[in-house]
Amino acid sequence: MSLMPKFKLEKRGVPPVWFQIVMPVAAVFIALAISAIFLLIIKKNPFEAFYNMFVGSLGTKFALSETIVKATPLILTGVAVAIAFKAKYWNIGAEGQLYAGALAATWFGIMNLPLPAIIYIPLEITVGFIAGALWSVIAGYLKAKMQVDDVVTTLLMNFIMIYIVQGILNGPWRNPHTMYPSSVPIAKNADFPKLIPNTRVHAGIILSILAVIFMYFLIRKTKLGFEINATGSNPKAAHFLGIDTIKTIILVSIISGGIAGLAGVGEVCGVQYHLISGISPGYGYSGIVIAMLGGLNTIGVLLAALYFAIVINGAQIMSVNMHIPIYISDVIQGITLLVMLAMLLFFEYRIRRVK
Amino acid sequence: MAQGKPCAKFYYGEVLMEKIVEMRNIRKTFLNTVANKNVNFVIYKGEIVSLLGENGAGKTTLMKILYGLYTKDSGEIFVNGKKVEINSPKDAIALGIGMVHQHFTLVRTLTVLENVILGLPSPKGFELDLDDARKKLKNIIDKYGLTVDPDAKIWQLSVGERQRVEIIKALYRNIQVLILDEPTAVLTPQEVSELFKTLRIFKKEGKSVVFISHKLEEVMEISDRIVILRNGVVTGERRKEETNEKELARLMVGREVIEALRKEKAQFGSAIFKVRNLKALNDKELLALKGVSFEVREGEILGVAGVAGNGQKELEEVICGVRKPISGDVFLEDKNIVNKTPKEIINLGVGRIPEDRMESGLILDIPVFANLVVEFYDKTPFSRGMLINYQEIKKFAEQLVKEFNIKTSSIDAITRTLSGGNLQKIILARVLSRNPKFIIASQPTRGLDVGAMEYIHEKLLEEKNKGAAILLISEDLNEIMHLSDRIMVMYEGEIMGIIDRSKENVDIEELGLMMAGAKRRVTV
Repeated sequence: MSLMPKFKLEKRGVPPVWFQIVMPVAAVFIALAISAIFLLIIKKNPFEAFYNMFVGSLGTKFALSETIVKATPLILTGVAVAIAFKAKYWNIGAEGQLYAGALAATWFGIMNLPLPAIIYIPLEITVGFIAGALWSVIAGYLKAKMQVDDVVTTLLMNFIMIYIVQGILNGPWRNPHTMYPSSVPIAKNADFPKLIPNTRVHAGIILSILAVIFMYFLIRKTKLGFEINATGSNPKAAHFLGIDTIKTIILVSIISGGIAGLAGVGEVCGVQYHLISGISPGYGYSGIVIAMLGGLNTIGVLLAALYFAIVINGAQIMSVNMHIPIYISDVIQGITLLVMLAMLLFFEYRIRRVK
Repeated sequence: MAQGKPCAKFYYGEVLMEKIVEMRNIRKTFLNTVANKNVNFVIYKGEIVSLLGENGAGKTTLMKILYGLYTKDSGEIFVNGKKVEINSPKDAIALGIGMVHQHFTLVRTLTVLENVILGLPSPKGFELDLDDARKKLKNIIDKYGLTVDPDAKIWQLSVGERQRVEIIKALYRNIQVLILDEPTAVLTPQEVSELFKTLRIFKKEGKSVVFISHKLEEVMEISDRIVILRNGVVTGERRKEETNEKELARLMVGREVIEALRKEKAQFGSAIFKVRNLKALNDKELLALKGVSFEVREGEILGVAGVAGNGQKELEEVICGVRKPISGDVFLEDKNIVNKTPKEIINLGVGRIPEDRMESGLILDIPVFANLVVEFYDKTPFSRGMLINYQEIKKFAEQLVKEFNIKTSSIDAITRTLSGGNLQKIILARVLSRNPKFIIASQPTRGLDVGAMEYIHEKLLEEKNKGAAILLISEDLNEIMHLSDRIMVMYEGEIMGIIDRSKENVDIEELGLMMAGAKRRVTV
């Protein structure tokens, strides 16, 4: 027998509660510490940088309002992905579903229907939800019925939808006045109302909060929530035990895609008022990180989305004030996810020394 | 024989027998079960030796130790008279030992040739030397009659051909000892005779074969020597000429099964559960149930005896609603449950205690209370409309935990954290709380300690006395003998016979012969 001490990973039973809380917090700090190394490499003081980041995103009323604007789509995509992942529907496609929602909302908005806002806005929301849901249910159906890998389908469908949007914007919807590849503005009555005067905070944040409440309710209080947990934990056993796993996956893909579509509606009707090809700087992908960072837990997802809004927004201020490339925000996001994934291993396993 | 350097050669009659492999005092335990209790096993040059035994007898474990897949707890292995440590299949192959598993280890999207050379260093360094490999492969194919197209992709091949590829893989690595783990389980009769032809060529070449099996007929056909294992102990070693199927069956099944006529004359009701001409395929698309018919009466336990892999699992899956049969019917009272979904079958009053409690019977990563209602969470009072009422569920779960004495820190604990016996109690509690008319229990006590086992037996007997019809599938003959009113033996997807214990005593030798496919009672 060799004298080297051997270690093995051992599956844990239940991770202790403190661990579930400490882990994401620790992941955030470790990620910031690793990001500091990058800042040091480009000869910037990391403390000053992080100070700028947090003041820039939370320090003033304006900064705070911008953070809320950023958090609005992130909460929605985070919730969308978290619900999907809970059922092991690996929805990497929130980005494409967001674009589908934005496209549909724009289509409905530029029709300039003679409707009052009180009717136009709910219809916009409905249309956007349906579009995101339809785009997602394709992958959900293929997975549930034919075991087609959902990671691949949802991911690739992002590109299809983004190119569809670009194609439409460069073709039929090109703004005839500016000739830019962007649509004409949507009807005034379809615009989301501003919630705080002189800021960009719009009614979309109400949708985001409703989505969080919906997720909590869905998981904790409904039969479907039970079925999602069961299917996500072990689809084979769930099927054996009488749960309609195919129906569950399809429903989840509809709900998840629909909520991601709402993020697109919010960006069109609440922020841009028309459709541009870069309407999302990757909110759908950030939603994946947010869902994981939040541990697929309702409150966790909300907090993770806020953290991301702070990082994205603060990084802009930091970059302007200290001449640091804006991409440092992407670096921090990426590192946070990697640290989180590494730590997830310890969530499920512990290291045991074996003789 | 236990001391000193083992003698490498001895004479059997006039024939010089040369030991290639000797395993001495091999012991292996898994958690609480002893798989091999100080087993001695020798492989001679140029022989086909069979390892015969029921499931769980320790045959595969012993060979996996020799092949370096398991590490032994104690004991010694000698190859060609030299003591060796085999820590991985790589070591085993270097010593000339190869093994073909029940589940093949081939890359489906690669060709036969690519699979064969996979993992071997190329003589040309970074460049792949396919031409030489092809030549060598062709040689092996011709010499041993292992017909297969070197350029076919694995997914295009039949199961029999895939097995040939595995054998070729071993031969390509110049092995002298080939271990085959239940090789005929996946083959058609024609393929079996092809395989046997190949094995005889090996023998002529001086190579040795270890043939792991529980089928007496095949063992008698192909082996020179037979070593019988039971519960991790060698219970006999015979040369083929010295023995017969009857004796082997007895050695395999054992005599410790104590026979007693059922004490109380039970009152049976009507046959509420009927299986008629049921035919079903297994996962490998081979016929696993070949037209099975039987019935179970109210207040009766029908025990299904047989070595695993003879159709019991497929029978269970059809009854539980997770396998579609190709033909035949299964009636509960007057309703045909074939092609019904698991949910519909549960709702009709079938209690299901599946063989695979970790992957089918329970969802391990959800709380205990959820598993206690997972088959009927959608019924009142647990659900109303789209909403679920966890208060009611937890109240109900607390009650069951108390009633069935399930040991858990709380009903909110993740199910995975419970012990095996308590996991099975969760299933039992869930099933029995519905007062099922018919219960299918498959391997209900496998891997459980004596306490849990007795508890589960008690509960099943209680249900029987309440009038439930019970189909008990078990590999544990003691369990079958202890609980069943009638014993049905399955072999290769057919019923070999049914023993009605209210009319006759069980002849253990006959039971063993039926389990090994060597005896069939006329139609029942």
